[in-house]
Amino acid sequence: MFRKLFSFKGGIKPDTYKAVSTREPIGIAPLPSTLIVPLHQHAGGRAIPRVRAGDRVLKGQCIGEADGWISSAVHAPASGKVLAVENRMAAHPSGLPTLSVVIEPDGLDEWACLHPLRYQALSPEKTRECLRDAGIVGLGGAAFPTHAKLSAAKQTAMEAIVINGAECEPFMTCDDMLMRERAEGIVSGAAFFRELLDPKKVLIGIEDNKPEAIAAMSEAAKRFGSDFEVIAIPARYPAGGAKQLIRALTGKEIPASRRSPEMGVQCFNVGTAYSAWRFITFGEPLVSRIVTLTGNVENARNWETRIGTPFREFVALGHPGHDTNGFLMGGPMMGFEIPGMDAPVVKSSNCVIAAATSLFPPPPAEMPCIRCGSCAEACPHELQPFELYRFARVKNFDRAREFALDECIECGCCAYVCPSRIPLVQYFRFAKSGVQARLREKEKAESARSRVERRKAREARAKAEKAERLAAGAQASGMDASKKTAVQAAIERARQDRETIQAGNANDAETGDRYDEGQPR
Amino acid sequence: MLTVIFPMTLGAAALGAMLGWASVRFRVDGSPLIDEIENALPQTQCGQCGFPGCRAYAEAIENGARIDLCPPGGEAGARRLADLLGRDPPAPGMEEPSPQAAVIDEQRCIGCTLCIQACPVDAIVGAAKQLHTVVGTLCTGCELCVPPCPMECIQMKAVTENIDNWAWKYPVFGIRRVN
Repeated sequence: MFRKLFSFKGGIKPDTYKAVSTREPIGIAPLPSTLIVPLHQHAGGRAIPRVRAGDRVLKGQCIGEADGWISSAVHAPASGKVLAVENRMAAHPSGLPTLSVVIEPDGLDEWACLHPLRYQALSPEKTRECLRDAGIVGLGGAAFPTHAKLSAAKQTAMEAIVINGAECEPFMTCDDMLMRERAEGIVSGAAFFRELLDPKKVLIGIEDNKPEAIAAMSEAAKRFGSDFEVIAIPARYPAGGAKQLIRALTGKEIPASRRSPEMGVQCFNVGTAYSAWRFITFGEPLVSRIVTLTGNVENARNWETRIGTPFREFVALGHPGHDTNGFLMGGPMMGFEIPGMDAPVVKSSNCVIAAATSLFPPPPAEMPCIRCGSCAEACPHELQPFELYRFARVKNFDRAREFALDECIECGCCAYVCPSRIPLVQYFRFAKSGVQARLREKEKAESARSRVERRKAREARAKAEKAERLAAGAQASGMDASKKTAVQAAIERARQDRETIQAGNANDAETGDRYDEGQPR
Repeated sequence: MLTVIFPMTLGAAALGAMLGWASVRFRVDGSPLIDEIENALPQTQCGQCGFPGCRAYAEAIENGARIDLCPPGGEAGARRLADLLGRDPPAPGMEEPSPQAAVIDEQRCIGCTLCIQACPVDAIVGAAKQLHTVVGTLCTGCELCVPPCPMECIQMKAVTENIDNWAWKYPVFGIRRVN
């Protein structure tokens, strides 16, 4: 069957370097000496710690409970002893500390009691809640809680769910290997998503540079009939961006103001579908993921790695070369330099690249922007990066937002093609941070203002009440005439008493003087 | 002649009456600009501008006061005001605001409630003879609670960078010598 494929604008075709890490099957990474499990690995609220130092935990036991709806639970990746619940370096470009559970594995790898999810017998709400408590989040890189994506829009019927196996970033092969080896699980996970969202079609998009993965997935999808389609799309970065893939497969363009379910589409990563399947069939929460270890290493390979494995122990599996001068988490286009090797593998770590000058030569000096427009041609979101750059550079964030700064997905195509070698994405990230900070400030100012107003109202009310009370008191004493005369009489009596006493004292004083005089000294 | 003057006078009188009625009927109390100016101010209520609170400063600006008097707003805040009011942007060189928050030394607090009365944004909780504490996320760092404290146990601490408020830095690249 032929299918009309759509296309997105722009994009680039960088060298892929993918073959090296696909020569060996997915390996199981050995148990590390310590596991550092951050409680905030997902978009949304940080998980609430549910264990204390000294507790024994089992593999798959919940150690952090979801805080609110847009949040996710966190589980122990191995059985062992909790050493501490403390701030440790995060797998984040800043390298700032984040609250983490530090576990010393006991080597037994004893699972907690697991129950497969019989979701057919449960309401969709309950199923989503279970997914949240199993810590299932998007494994493509953004780590958005999956349960929150599994409700259809009320007005629009779901047309298609898109399973994202494009994996367009160079070097990265974790989704490729997962599809080759565990296609059955991915497709079953997609079938589970289909039950919850009830779309007409399940479209599995894979870049055409992964023929083995396409073959394996097509084979697995046969079982579900014609509703499941595996579609090869031309390899072009960033075909794996959610909006780009939706555009390529369905022709729908998601406007900035709307979410994809409102257009009848929802997109999931293959790894997410696979981990959801493991949860419903075996009851296993998300405690490990496939991570590509590649770049300047002797043994480039994909490893099934426990969440919380320190990068130091993880990269040792690949024997990095001596001239390695840093490690990247994520791909070379969108990744960031790992701030320290004590930071752990988290749910969003899809790839670790050992960097060396032979692989990534230092960037040439930045030259002035000549407004040639190459970046605008390369931008997959049809933005004008040269305009964004112009305003980001002078910190005029409001003007940059008028040129749809918020729409930028930071894919790096513009910087890749820039003849002046301007690190455009860094400017856009800076500008986006500035916008975020301004929004936070505004929110804070708004709440401060409302509290000031309430305080003023409260003070005015208290003052009015006090005045009223005093007025009422004065009136009350005025009304009771008999009491008033009684008080007046009492005052009068007291005055008379005082006068008599004073008179008496005066007499006493006189007699006293006389008396004194009469006394012998 | 009269046929021209008469309808013109009548028309002028009718229009004048309409305008007079409209000015009474659609009268707006207070200037709507004040609210917008107030929204552009950081709401710290610190009084560093010389006016008692942000609302008072907004009213003063509307009456012609300078727009670069607000240290917590910094240059960015002054520029926003300039944009809003169509005035000249502030002279560069205003100090960058440094966010801070008050912290009460719990060992020394005697529970006198003086700081609670001083706090304009209700960010301090406590009761008479009970330990007081500052709700860190609500504190605007105005320093108004510091002078009333008889125990001198309130300190201003700079708000440090954490993973939630961390921001990407302005890209700066070292200059390299080209041979």
